[in-house]
Amino acid sequence: MTRSLSFRATIVSFVLLIAFLGAWQLGTLPAAGGGAAATYADPEYAALMGGAAAQASGLPSPGTVGETIASQLANPFYDNGPNDKGIGIQLAWSLARVLAGFLLAAAVAIPLGFVIGMSPLMYKALNPYIQIMKPISPLAWMPLALYTIKDASLSSIFVIFICSIWPMMINTAHGVSSVKKDWLNVARTLEVSPLRTAISVILPAAAPTILTGMRISMGIAWLVIVAAEMLVGGTGIGYFVWNEWNNLNLSNVIFAIVMIGVVGMLLDMVFGVLTKLVTYQE
Amino acid sequence: MTQPFLKVEGLKKVFPALAGGEPVTVFENIHFGFEKGEFVCIIGHSGCGKSTILNVLAGLDDATEGHVFMDGREVKGPSLDRGVVFQSHALMPWLSVIENVAFAIKARWPEWPKDKVREHGLKYIELVGLGHAVDKKPHQLSGGMKQRVGIARAFAIEPKMLLMDEPFGALDALTRGVIQDELVKICAATHQTVFMITHDVDEAILLADKIVLMSNGPYAKIAEIVENPLPRPRVRQEMHHDPHFYALRNHLVDFLVCRSKLITLGELPADYNPLRPPVVRPMKVAA
Repeated sequence: MTRSLSFRATIVSFVLLIAFLGAWQLGTLPAAGGGAAATYADPEYAALMGGAAAQASGLPSPGTVGETIASQLANPFYDNGPNDKGIGIQLAWSLARVLAGFLLAAAVAIPLGFVIGMSPLMYKALNPYIQIMKPISPLAWMPLALYTIKDASLSSIFVIFICSIWPMMINTAHGVSSVKKDWLNVARTLEVSPLRTAISVILPAAAPTILTGMRISMGIAWLVIVAAEMLVGGTGIGYFVWNEWNNLNLSNVIFAIVMIGVVGMLLDMVFGVLTKLVTYQE
Repeated sequence: MTQPFLKVEGLKKVFPALAGGEPVTVFENIHFGFEKGEFVCIIGHSGCGKSTILNVLAGLDDATEGHVFMDGREVKGPSLDRGVVFQSHALMPWLSVIENVAFAIKARWPEWPKDKVREHGLKYIELVGLGHAVDKKPHQLSGGMKQRVGIARAFAIEPKMLLMDEPFGALDALTRGVIQDELVKICAATHQTVFMITHDVDEAILLADKIVLMSNGPYAKIAEIVENPLPRPRVRQEMHHDPHFYALRNHLVDFLVCRSKLITLGELPADYNPLRPPVVRPMKVAA
């Protein structure tokens, strides 16, 4: 008897997870004989670190990371000063920055994309700039942003803005320029005003393409915010990772990596749902 | 002399040169006219510029030279007075059937309340026999049903003239017959003035009161205007019993197969005057 495909896929996923955790567990077993602390050349350092040295000397085991995840998620919003905040607070900071930069970018990119898509002249005029700006790593803007804006948090928002603007603009322009001529002719013969045509014909026709651009932008923004926060520091999930690395708390670093992945996936799912809502079948 | 309802004067269209080529004059010196309530078909081979003429009438395209007048006013740009049925139905796929029709009605009468728009739309959707598919999306409809929605949308704005660019070209013969019959009924009921492009001789005989014959392009001309000798109402199942049916049909087929080409080569009657293309009325010669 054959089970459904998704059932079998779930089983394979679980097997892979268990195999991965098992390999991880084996790799992090304490070395046989002597104990981990004995590997340290400096007995004073070992004495200073006490029991923690054994753990800090290598990668944490899955069990340790599991405990970290459980304790972090049990209390995600604690705030014990600048360098010790719960994961919920850090993620909220990152999300707020991403959202601010992303919405600003959408507010610029979508109208501009409309103009580029509707006017071949503007397309030709702006295309060289877009082609040059697009491949620039958003982090390359960081020094310039810090110098001109003089605020670390705003600078990271600017970096998000500059990296999310291009996919949205290009996709909007593409979606708008490939709206079927017939639909525009229908609007013309009905004497629909250009503004109403843009809203009630071009926008719904181009919406799936525009949302795909927004989805790509959001993906990039979430990649970039981690790096940006590592640079500017203070708050956010990127800073959390960097801070825990400085603390040599790899357990927390791994926990943060997992959280970055989960949040990124959720953001992508939101756009997946939105895209589905505006997609039409011809 | 009184002016006809629709008057086309000296229309000419030149397409700009493509790379390395010369500009192409598709047609020139096009003059014709027709009256309110008439159903006019235009027949000609591909490339003679019929679609361009229709687009100029719709206001979607500009002629290089010449003017079009409707109801005493010059046609400049698209207008709600002229409804268009597009060859590819041109329904908006994100709107349902009623929403597609309502889109047009709202453009025509922006002040109407919602229920009046819906009621008016439903009336025309029922007229084309789609009362059961009101809330369906275009992708759930067959090709024939989509084209009917296109027709309902064009009729719903109650235009002074309806322009149809080969509306049934993409449909199979059976579906085409059914929709043609519906169109005959609707036109009889509404006295709609229609200008339609077709490639189908039988379709023209069934629907048209006047058939405009165009010679091949480039430099296409209006060779003749044929008056349909078959009286209205014409019924598809019976019209081939009409004594004049074959005279008309042979005349049209003959034109398409042979004469449309020869005329472009210069074989025109000595008294041919583009300002007044000859009007013919093919009838059975009495034995």
